[in-house]
Amino acid sequence: MSKLVVTSIGPASSVQDGGRPGSQRYGLVPSGAMDRLSLAAANTLVGNELLAAAVEIGPFGASFTARGGAVRVGLAGASRNADIGGRPVAFDSSATLSEGETLNLGFARGGSFSYLAIEHGIEGEPMFGSLAVNARAGLGSPYPRPLQSGDELKTQAASGIAERCIELPASTDAPIRIVFGPQDDEFADESKRLLTDSEWKISATSDRMGYRLEGSVIKHLDGHNIVSDGTVNGSIQVPGNGQPIVLMPDRGTSGGYPKIATVITADFGRFAQISAGRPFRFKAVTIAEAQAEAIKFHALLRSLPDRLRGIEDFGLNIEALRDANVAGQAVSAIDAVTWQVAVP
Amino acid sequence: MAEPLSPPRLLPSGDSAITVEFSRTIDDAANRRVLALDLVIAAEPIAGITETVPTYRSLLVHYDPVQIGFDALGEQLLARAAKAPPTETGTRRWRIPVAYGGEHGIDLEDVAKALGTTPDEIVARHVAGDYRVAMIGFTPGWSYLSGLETFLHMPRRKDPRLLTPAGTISIGGIQTGVQCLAGPSGWHLLGRTPVRTYQLHRDPTFLLEPGDAITFTAVDAKTFAEQDRAADAGEFVAELVRP
Repeated sequence: MSKLVVTSIGPASSVQDGGRPGSQRYGLVPSGAMDRLSLAAANTLVGNELLAAAVEIGPFGASFTARGGAVRVGLAGASRNADIGGRPVAFDSSATLSEGETLNLGFARGGSFSYLAIEHGIEGEPMFGSLAVNARAGLGSPYPRPLQSGDELKTQAASGIAERCIELPASTDAPIRIVFGPQDDEFADESKRLLTDSEWKISATSDRMGYRLEGSVIKHLDGHNIVSDGTVNGSIQVPGNGQPIVLMPDRGTSGGYPKIATVITADFGRFAQISAGRPFRFKAVTIAEAQAEAIKFHALLRSLPDRLRGIEDFGLNIEALRDANVAGQAVSAIDAVTWQVAVP
Repeated sequence: MAEPLSPPRLLPSGDSAITVEFSRTIDDAANRRVLALDLVIAAEPIAGITETVPTYRSLLVHYDPVQIGFDALGEQLLARAAKAPPTETGTRRWRIPVAYGGEHGIDLEDVAKALGTTPDEIVARHVAGDYRVAMIGFTPGWSYLSGLETFLHMPRRKDPRLLTPAGTISIGGIQTGVQCLAGPSGWHLLGRTPVRTYQLHRDPTFLLEPGDAITFTAVDAKTFAEQDRAADAGEFVAELVRP
């Protein structure tokens, strides 16, 4: 049996998948990937189900060593300097580690989370149909906690098929779209305008439960305690200090602060990827617009298998070439190892 | 005859969930309507709903916007909310053992002092209560109960504790609760139950449902320890009184 051994890893790194919806009425939050599109892209690269379990890697570096045979991986999400035994590897593409080789990943660039999918998936015992780590509830497999050095991710031997890259929509810095509600009537119009008209930053104290926002102070009309009610991914809660908290996949299923607005489904992953300290803005849209975007986002996920390309396609490798150069390693466009030619 | 029911408010929680709000405050009548709507939806499902989450005053309905839009779903939810709630004859009733006071409930004496009475009377009053699971939330199995008598209403602690034990039975505001996992809490700790409202690898994993009726029964430390071991091995320990 092949396995990927975690040789080094930073905080906020865990096995995540599509999560375990269906038990929120019992207080169990679904958890799951912060950025579903990137999770799905990584899985698509190695022929897995879109929302299969993969390694969600936080902002710091990480390395993984193949043992017991070759291991094929797909990399997507926040790009990083990456190499396998010294040969550069591009993001949004697959690569294979031979037995004993190590994949080295640097710090996340232009985002917070990267996804490392393993061909044939990660072996584990699903709980409520999911391997996703929810440390508070003691759930997750193969480890019910964030990953640590020495952990082993068991899988099957690499297929040896040609590597692929995936063509994703261009990244954007457009404002994060929100729908006002459910408790926007707890706030004056002026406060609602402040949410969309001012610049925000994500605090470094944020985690998978919630992103704390730094910026303007949002005042409540009267009091900041409401009776607890249900939460969703992207609920923007405003506690007493007026500094909003956006609820993330490990949120509590209920919360007692007024929720002024909700990040739309199509922009949630992009929001989750915003690095701490980087300024961004919100933009309000109607429910109809948000739902049209959700339907487009769903179609984008479904289209991922059609976006796979052979890795020899030069036009798509510009990003890979740039990544490799940023890595500070000399790359030759004719290096047979770096630029493998796909066999159809 | 009863007043005609006022329609709930439909509040968008983003593009994939609707908060169906019956009241802005903790209100037993509103909670009954929340639980009733939840039952009606279970009996007459609406295509596109992925899960429902009852809370004190509202029902959060998660749905897939690819299958149904906000307006169409809202219309169907209002139609179901206007229906007569199912009768409560089928309500399950659980009797839950609690070891009160001492190491099991470190706030019992302070609560008694604050309310000008004895720990025994606090226990007697808490045990005499007839409660209902108004909602389960925050962390797995944390069951918020309605029905706490006015005498036991108390503001929450000014300094919430970062860690309270698994199985804690506590009071806070006008509520009492059964906490499953160890975790933070600002409520007053009266005792502990050996009952696991959430236990992996047990069928069912979650013991209580929103709407279940609850009574407590006082047990001594020795019984608690025995039942704690039994519960650890997968027994319910809680007694199903009805049906």
